[in-house]
Amino acid sequence: MATPVSDPKLRPLSTLALDLLRLPAALPIWQGRVDAARWLAAAHAVAESSGRLISVWGVDRSAAGGGMVACAAYGVLEGLVWLELLVGQTAAYPDLSGVFACAGRMQRATADLSGLRADGQSDTRAWLSHGLWAAGAPLQSGTLPVGSLPGTLPADYPFVRVEGDGVHEIAVGPVHAGIIEPGHFRFSVVGEKVLRLEKHLGYTHKGIERRFTELAPLDAYRLAGRVSGDSTVAFAWAYCMALESAWQCDIPQRAVWLRALMLERERVANHLGDLGALGNDAALGFGLAQFSRLREDWQRLSGEALGHRFMMDCVVPGGVAIDPTPDLLLRLTQQCDAIEGEVRTLRTVYDEHAGLQDRFLTTGRVSPELAAQLGLTGLAGRASAQAFDLRCDQVWPPYDQLEVKMATQRDGDVAARVAVRFDETLESLRLLRRLCAGAPAGAIRVDMMAPGVPSVGIGWVEGWRGEVQVALEISAANHIVRCHCHDPSWQNWPALEHAVMGNIVPDFPLINKSFNLSYSGHDL
Amino acid sequence: MWQILRQVARHGILTEPPPRIEEVDRARIDRIHAGLLEILGQALAIRAVDAGSCNGCELEIQALGNPYYNIEGLGIRFVASPRHADMLLVTGPVSRHMEEALKRTYDATPDPKLVVAVGDCGCDGGIFGESYASCGRVANVIPVDVVVPGCPPPPMDILRGILSAVRQRAQARAGR
Repeated sequence: MATPVSDPKLRPLSTLALDLLRLPAALPIWQGRVDAARWLAAAHAVAESSGRLISVWGVDRSAAGGGMVACAAYGVLEGLVWLELLVGQTAAYPDLSGVFACAGRMQRATADLSGLRADGQSDTRAWLSHGLWAAGAPLQSGTLPVGSLPGTLPADYPFVRVEGDGVHEIAVGPVHAGIIEPGHFRFSVVGEKVLRLEKHLGYTHKGIERRFTELAPLDAYRLAGRVSGDSTVAFAWAYCMALESAWQCDIPQRAVWLRALMLERERVANHLGDLGALGNDAALGFGLAQFSRLREDWQRLSGEALGHRFMMDCVVPGGVAIDPTPDLLLRLTQQCDAIEGEVRTLRTVYDEHAGLQDRFLTTGRVSPELAAQLGLTGLAGRASAQAFDLRCDQVWPPYDQLEVKMATQRDGDVAARVAVRFDETLESLRLLRRLCAGAPAGAIRVDMMAPGVPSVGIGWVEGWRGEVQVALEISAANHIVRCHCHDPSWQNWPALEHAVMGNIVPDFPLINKSFNLSYSGHDL
Repeated sequence: MWQILRQVARHGILTEPPPRIEEVDRARIDRIHAGLLEILGQALAIRAVDAGSCNGCELEIQALGNPYYNIEGLGIRFVASPRHADMLLVTGPVSRHMEEALKRTYDATPDPKLVVAVGDCGCDGGIFGESYASCGRVANVIPVDVVVPGCPPPPMDILRGILSAVRQRAQARAGR
């Protein structure tokens, strides 16, 4: 399947004499197997070279005669490195959370879902499981997971207690006071000041990764597109990229350009929505009215030109589902011009509004040092000087022809995350005009054939929130063995807990919105 | 400040026909608004509960608040507690982890209460179905008055679902 390479540029890992294979993919992605010692050594090498941990997950290959493996995906200068470690009877692998703080919750989830433990991890509380699944780890093959009996109540979650004079707790959720997703927040406060925030997530866990194994590879893109509805294009593209890599299928150039067009439209839609909501959370209702109007205009034209207001099911294996006519492409371009004028006007309003800036500046700050330590990623990371953007770092088609300008800030506060959203919106509008004008002619889809041998692939896409990753394994009999979806919210939820420390409780909604993380994408 | 006023003035009153909205749409919005006012004659308080959705439906429910649909302008409010609500607007396949929370939210809502299940998942479990982690459709967990299919249903369909739930209740009361 994969062709071996000895890429001299892969510096941090080359010193470990790892046997890496480059997978056939649009982005530089390597895969390799390590032993326990090299598993840890590789993590240290990546950390020392300023690389980042993207995701940790477990795979059970025992149905096909394999074993249980722990997997880790790292983002390094040269691309993505996917390492796997065969775990023995103990079902344990060396803990990574000492090297990458963000590994902690991903490892706890791996224990819940795949039954693999991180050996040496101090926090062994269940994370995604609330004690309501009757039979063991749901992703182990051979298990037929069922829910617990009616009337069973969720297990108590042992929150970390903060004690001291005048400290009290505020418990919020899982049902939230707004039109948002469910989760539980536990604030420990003195007066109005937040000493500590601890989250308990997993409420929207609906068994997505188990569900993948019941779907045909050519149909499962629809499920990927519903991992997190606001990132449907990013996840569908990442899934299709993984499948096309696994089955070694080249897709038409026009389809690649249209996928990028949809991804950038998704980015703009979400940024417009957030910019309005952020104004509203700082008591400028005008901002919400204006930006929600723009967002509605935007989604209506998406629906008209691409067939769905959120472009769900528009990215399909082998290409895209719809080819907008030249007339519609022209209207998409004209809309970019119109929206750009409006966004520039509204940015001036936001920038010059003293009351708004008073709420935005210095609120919910994550310093660049802390951001690096926690692995803060995506949009929020770029607002804290973590300058990673796949569209600039690993230029895959068509971004290799677009010269994306990365938006970064150093202050790491709400104002910085607002500024990154404004900059990225304007940059995406520029990209969209080029994508509309420059999309090459030709087919929009090719038929895909299952190769009839076991295959693997990874999709890696810079969604509006940050990097989205889908790791896919398909058996010779054309069944999905494992499909792991990773949302950047995994990295950023813990960082939000830090961002809110020392702020006042009433600023929490504003800080939370400035990150706007996904519950569904995290809980799966 | 002058820029805010200029921006507001430039786009006019919220309920004016915006650019590129077809007359058909406009008429439908007006008709539904009129129907709501006639049936309700007062405010309707809605509690939105995400019982495990992918957040797509939440985006469309939020869109009901934008100037085009202007749901708040009609006295329909989203409230922060089920104890203040006349109606629960429930999305998602109900995850096993939200089952108890949804039941408690339902119990906390004063009678007479209405439940509208929004989206394909709320109607029949959608692509997630029923599993160890998902209880499937909302009606598997609490009584449902009206379902609104769609993935996600556009704002106008959600508004129509809200209206038909209220109308059903009004007709049932009249026929009693």
